[in-house]
Amino acid sequence: MNNDLTLYTISVFSENHVGLLTQLSNIFTRRCINIESVTASACSVPNIHKITLTCRSTAEMMDKVIKQIEKRIDVIRAFCYVDSELVYQEVALYKISTTRMLAENHVERIIRNFGARILEITPEYTVIEKTGHNDETEALFLELKRYDIKQFVRSGRVAITRSPIEHVDEYLARRQFMKPE
Amino acid sequence: MTQTMTEKITGAEALLRGLVAENTELVFGYPGGYIIPVFDRLYDFTDRLKPILTRHEQGAMHAAQGYARVTHRPGVVIVTSGPAATNLITGLSDAMMDSTPLVVITGQAPSSMLGTDAFQETDVMGITQPVTKWSFQIRSADQVSEALARAFHIASTGRPGPVVLDFTKDAQTGLTDAGYEPCRFIRSYIARPVLNHFDVKRLADMINRAERPLILAGQGITIAEAESELKTLAEKADIPVAATLLGLSSLPTGHPLFKGMLGMHGNFGPNINTNRADLIIAVGMRFDDRVTGPVEHYAPQARIVHIDIDESEFNKNIRVDLKIHGDARETLAELIPLVNKACHREWNESFDRHNDSERRLVAQSAAYGTDPEAAPTMGETARLVSEAAGEGAILVTDVGQNQMLSSRYFNFTAPRSIITSGGLGTMGFGLPAAIGAKMGDPEREVYLFTGDGGLQMTVQELGTIMQYGTPVKIILLNNNFLGNVRQWQSLFFNNRFSMTEMANPDFGKLCEAYGIEYLSVATRADLPEAIRRMVGSPRAMLLNVNIDETDMVFPMTPPGSPVDFIMINPTETYRPES
Repeated sequence: MNNDLTLYTISVFSENHVGLLTQLSNIFTRRCINIESVTASACSVPNIHKITLTCRSTAEMMDKVIKQIEKRIDVIRAFCYVDSELVYQEVALYKISTTRMLAENHVERIIRNFGARILEITPEYTVIEKTGHNDETEALFLELKRYDIKQFVRSGRVAITRSPIEHVDEYLARRQFMKPE
Repeated sequence: MTQTMTEKITGAEALLRGLVAENTELVFGYPGGYIIPVFDRLYDFTDRLKPILTRHEQGAMHAAQGYARVTHRPGVVIVTSGPAATNLITGLSDAMMDSTPLVVITGQAPSSMLGTDAFQETDVMGITQPVTKWSFQIRSADQVSEALARAFHIASTGRPGPVVLDFTKDAQTGLTDAGYEPCRFIRSYIARPVLNHFDVKRLADMINRAERPLILAGQGITIAEAESELKTLAEKADIPVAATLLGLSSLPTGHPLFKGMLGMHGNFGPNINTNRADLIIAVGMRFDDRVTGPVEHYAPQARIVHIDIDESEFNKNIRVDLKIHGDARETLAELIPLVNKACHREWNESFDRHNDSERRLVAQSAAYGTDPEAAPTMGETARLVSEAAGEGAILVTDVGQNQMLSSRYFNFTAPRSIITSGGLGTMGFGLPAAIGAKMGDPEREVYLFTGDGGLQMTVQELGTIMQYGTPVKIILLNNNFLGNVRQWQSLFFNNRFSMTEMANPDFGKLCEAYGIEYLSVATRADLPEAIRRMVGSPRAMLLNVNIDETDMVFPMTPPGSPVDFIMINPTETYRPES
């Protein structure tokens, strides 16, 4: 069912208040939208938090959700993007069996082809890191399966817009201007 | 050594000084363990802050809502933690849906004990966030004044709503500098959007070209105090006005351009003509499903313009042609000089024709019974009370048939004259809300219409009336049934009256126990005299009116039907001739 829907990336800029993530997830829960990934981080403006979420939905629903997010008092601005508007990345870590890896000699080719790197090798396990889009980390996962993947983890998406305009900076400048003496 | 001596006060003291600085008059509440320091200080503030002890925290919430709705100032509630905080949820949710400003303070376990399942600790932030405009946990005395100032600013500006401050016990007893500064600015919150003048001009052009325009007046008119702008606009451009349930009284019932109430139990004129209008101007309303019916059949011929201060309402339920993000009063004031004087006589008269049909087909039997020995109807009770009450009376309702019939047959003469639970439909809202309304405006008479079901949900608040001598007039439409559900069971569930019949107490004895005057009538012949005595009494009174359980609310648009599909009784629908 989800295949009919578009993947959207939502960037939320907020004050650093307790419980903001709950407030955001409540909005998605009420609308029965599954959050596919979520990442919270600092942003270029001091003391402002940036939360990046991804979900599959329709443009019309995203329009409503964005306005409901912005309605929360502590939210400064929220934006919704499709992939073409963004530069984005995810990080994946793979823990595989060192014995199995050494038994075959394809590993160097795989690491090279995928632009991945090895973070740690012990006699028992090896940890590989791959940064890229979801389909790339997924492809490496399928490739490494034969080496007995003991653990796999993928981060939420981080994203930066391709737009030349920094909307949050402009918003804050405008608000500063409106501030009463 | 030179040093400015700053006065040190406790967090509890800072809270109360802040409430005084915000011109709070009444504090509705209920004490308990983790809020005792605040109530202890309140003991010395009673000359400035009058405490109102309700009998349950839910009662405090609805009373504060009633107060806020008549005064246009935030209702203030102070209760303790845990069970007191969870008892607030219904009131918070109700206030959130109906845009009622509340500043609610809950006690909380000391900050060192948070998250340990301490006695009477509950996750107030977690459970209140979905039903509040804002919630904040005060964990040190230094945060009190700023948090309170923000709370008042957020609750009372923009689209008003409830705010919760969760106040840990150590923050109440800790020391901080005295001094309170009201909040006027929060960078992440735009209290008053900048009006787009171009859009207002576009709306004026649309109005000037429209042949069949219709204004839908929501509670936004009342909140923005835009009643006179609404009247001026409607009169200048000769536009008929229909109101949502909460928008009632924004234009007097008797005004020639007031054409009635929208929605499931609304009037013929507005509901039928919604689907014939060529321009709908919706002001401060949210296209609730009880107003629109199925959206695909709603106003198919109309261009729709939506004026609202809450941007998230645009295109939420109904896709609109033009949205104007702004304060209702400011928008209408800017619009008035741009619209041309017009006359839509034929269009206006079509509302009156439909409403005349409604009077003939529905109201005649619903509100003008003849048999003197029969039980009065709910509709005629409402009509007679309204006629006897005279100008300026406030109608408070509970939820259900009592709500629909009293709002249908009450004659509203002044603004802010209806207090009812619209969005959430909270049974039990009526009695405490009526108490708060009367306390908020003691000069105006307050008439509560309630049912035997809803009254018993918060009946303990009769004790609040007893303690403070609040002279509210309670009209109990008593059919020993949960009437509205019974009506649905009768119409749509094959007369299977599952769990709707109620064995009721002797309400006369109950009133006697609380020292409240009581009258009871069972026949039409006795009703006018009883109403006369109730209206004339300076004290609280409960008038029990025994009604027939088969009395139903009509007209009715059944759930799932378009707004112009109207049942006039259980078997017939209205088919307009033109």
